[in-house]
Amino acid sequence: MSGAAAWREWLLSDEPTSRRQARLSSWYKGWLTFRSNTLAMLGLVVLVFLILAAIFAPLLATDDPFAQDLGNRLLAPGEQGHFFGTDSLGRDIYSRILYGARISIYIVLLVAMVAPIVGLIMGTVAGYAGGWIDVILMRITDIFLAFPRLVLALAFVAALGAGIENAVLAISLTAWPPYARIARAETLTIRNSDFIHAIRLQGAGPVRIVTKHIWPLCISSLIIRVTLDMAGIILTAAGLGFLGLGAQPPSPEWGAMISEGRKYILDYWWVATIPGIAIFAISLAFNLLGDGLRDVLDPKESQS
Amino acid sequence: MAESLTHGEGRRFPFLSPWLGRLFATVATVAATVLGLLFVTFMIGRVMPIDPVLAVIGERATQAQYDETFRALGLDKPLLVQFGIYVTDVVQGDFGKSIRTGQEVATDIARVFPATMELATLGTLIGVILGVPLGVIAAVRRGSWIDQLARFVGLIGYSMPIFWLGLVGLLVFYGILGWVAGPSRVSTFFQGIVEPITGMLLIDSAIRGEWAVFRDAFSHIVLPASLLGYYSMAYVSRMTRSFMLEQLGSEYVTTARVKGLSEWQVVWGHAFRNIRIQLVTVIALAYANLLEGSVLTEIIFAWPGIGSYITTSLLANDMNSVLGGTIVIGTIFVGINIFSDILYRFFDPRAK
Repeated sequence: MSGAAAWREWLLSDEPTSRRQARLSSWYKGWLTFRSNTLAMLGLVVLVFLILAAIFAPLLATDDPFAQDLGNRLLAPGEQGHFFGTDSLGRDIYSRILYGARISIYIVLLVAMVAPIVGLIMGTVAGYAGGWIDVILMRITDIFLAFPRLVLALAFVAALGAGIENAVLAISLTAWPPYARIARAETLTIRNSDFIHAIRLQGAGPVRIVTKHIWPLCISSLIIRVTLDMAGIILTAAGLGFLGLGAQPPSPEWGAMISEGRKYILDYWWVATIPGIAIFAISLAFNLLGDGLRDVLDPKESQS
Repeated sequence: MAESLTHGEGRRFPFLSPWLGRLFATVATVAATVLGLLFVTFMIGRVMPIDPVLAVIGERATQAQYDETFRALGLDKPLLVQFGIYVTDVVQGDFGKSIRTGQEVATDIARVFPATMELATLGTLIGVILGVPLGVIAAVRRGSWIDQLARFVGLIGYSMPIFWLGLVGLLVFYGILGWVAGPSRVSTFFQGIVEPITGMLLIDSAIRGEWAVFRDAFSHIVLPASLLGYYSMAYVSRMTRSFMLEQLGSEYVTTARVKGLSEWQVVWGHAFRNIRIQLVTVIALAYANLLEGSVLTEIIFAWPGIGSYITTSLLANDMNSVLGGTIVIGTIFVGINIFSDILYRFFDPRAK
């Protein structure tokens, strides 16, 4: 038996002999389900491609993304070795897109770190503590949920000042409530289960129960939600950039690039169109991936 | 988000009838939410780096003038008292003066809001007229090409930046094909001809019989409204499909089929009848989302609505206008949420 087949056999075994084998086995089965979903795989491939492009941007770029060349303004795609043409200041759009991928991924990762963790803490504390703590925390959550997200983010950015970090903060401040609700719902179902009672009888305090035993069980629903939210985060960030409230020029942020190209849309379509395709590609990839992950991790929630 | 405001309503009011008790709980929820909303905008107004006094009197004022304005704005009072004054003002419709336009923010908003409402209403209409049948057919013919189409429509809608799609739409339908008019609400030639009644140009020009203006305004609104309509269609069709799937899987549908009813009667007479209330909830939420989604759309199409108003004020550091606009949109959002919630809980017997 070849090595790969032996591995497969070991992973798919019905009688795992160790915890590690059981865990790896369930991951492998999940991966097999995921792999059979063509669209989700497509999303994953596009995403890996974009992440690699972002990491290796300095190697792949043909020009300095900030270098202006006023003699070669608004060149059409393909002209003089500029794959996607040049913008109104003669900067190479292809190189700017590559560097822009870094900014988008940076924003998404930051928001994806902050918002779910805030939501997780709020939700589990509310769900586990119950009583008036629950009422107060959930009331706060409801207020933020009842607020229109983009407008709230606009108001926050207005107060904090424009910039990527403030955009991240503003998006996170508007993005955490759904996670808090999910975490609370999960906590409520887990809270009274026998294993929690058993741990409590063994003398575990509330902090230990919440962090060691409730959090791990909330993770999978949060991951699905985060992946599905990523597209929305990217679109909001791009919208803020487009309004001039996110990344500031000359930063090659995609939304800001669309905003710059907007003036020329009727005569030089590529300046605004190409960054838009990039935004579309990354958020579509996240949506496809999120749908696929939901099917694997949470089959009862899947749509079709 | 239909259930977003229902939390915590489990408290009992034994001295009231159940119906009144629930009404009371709902009103309390609305009040608490709106108060929280005002607290958020109040705090945003406090943490902002712009000095509210200097914004009023300008940088070259004397210290005495500064102190006087400082007191006049109530900034010497405790924070809680300031918040109380703020709430009292806002409840009376006083959002302060706009620094940019020099007018009361409330007056400004009353002027720009009908434009947004016109756009969002038309967008929602388009979304509902196309989205509901699409969702129903997708559910009935599950897995067929039309189901795939509905899924595709949804995916594009959830992944495409609205401002970019608007730009591309302008490029194609205005720049290349010339089918529709460009950005702005009505051509300069027709501006100011129609005396506003409702503030919604399409309705006003129709009432006054100014059909040339109507045609011009229509050719301006059709592209942005279709754009918003697309996003609303993506949401409405997705929700309709999942509601319908739930109904079509239940036993009464099987019974109806066994009884020999036609497919049309089963789908529209039985299954669809049972999702009507849920659907109204979804449509209300779609409308609320469009009010917000119109912010970016209005910028692209130079549409003089509340979205343009907020962003222009934002770039001019005119905080009173930004926060006033935020409160108005937020309150409408809360109102629509509550409306759909009430509809759902008071009129759907299953929710009891």
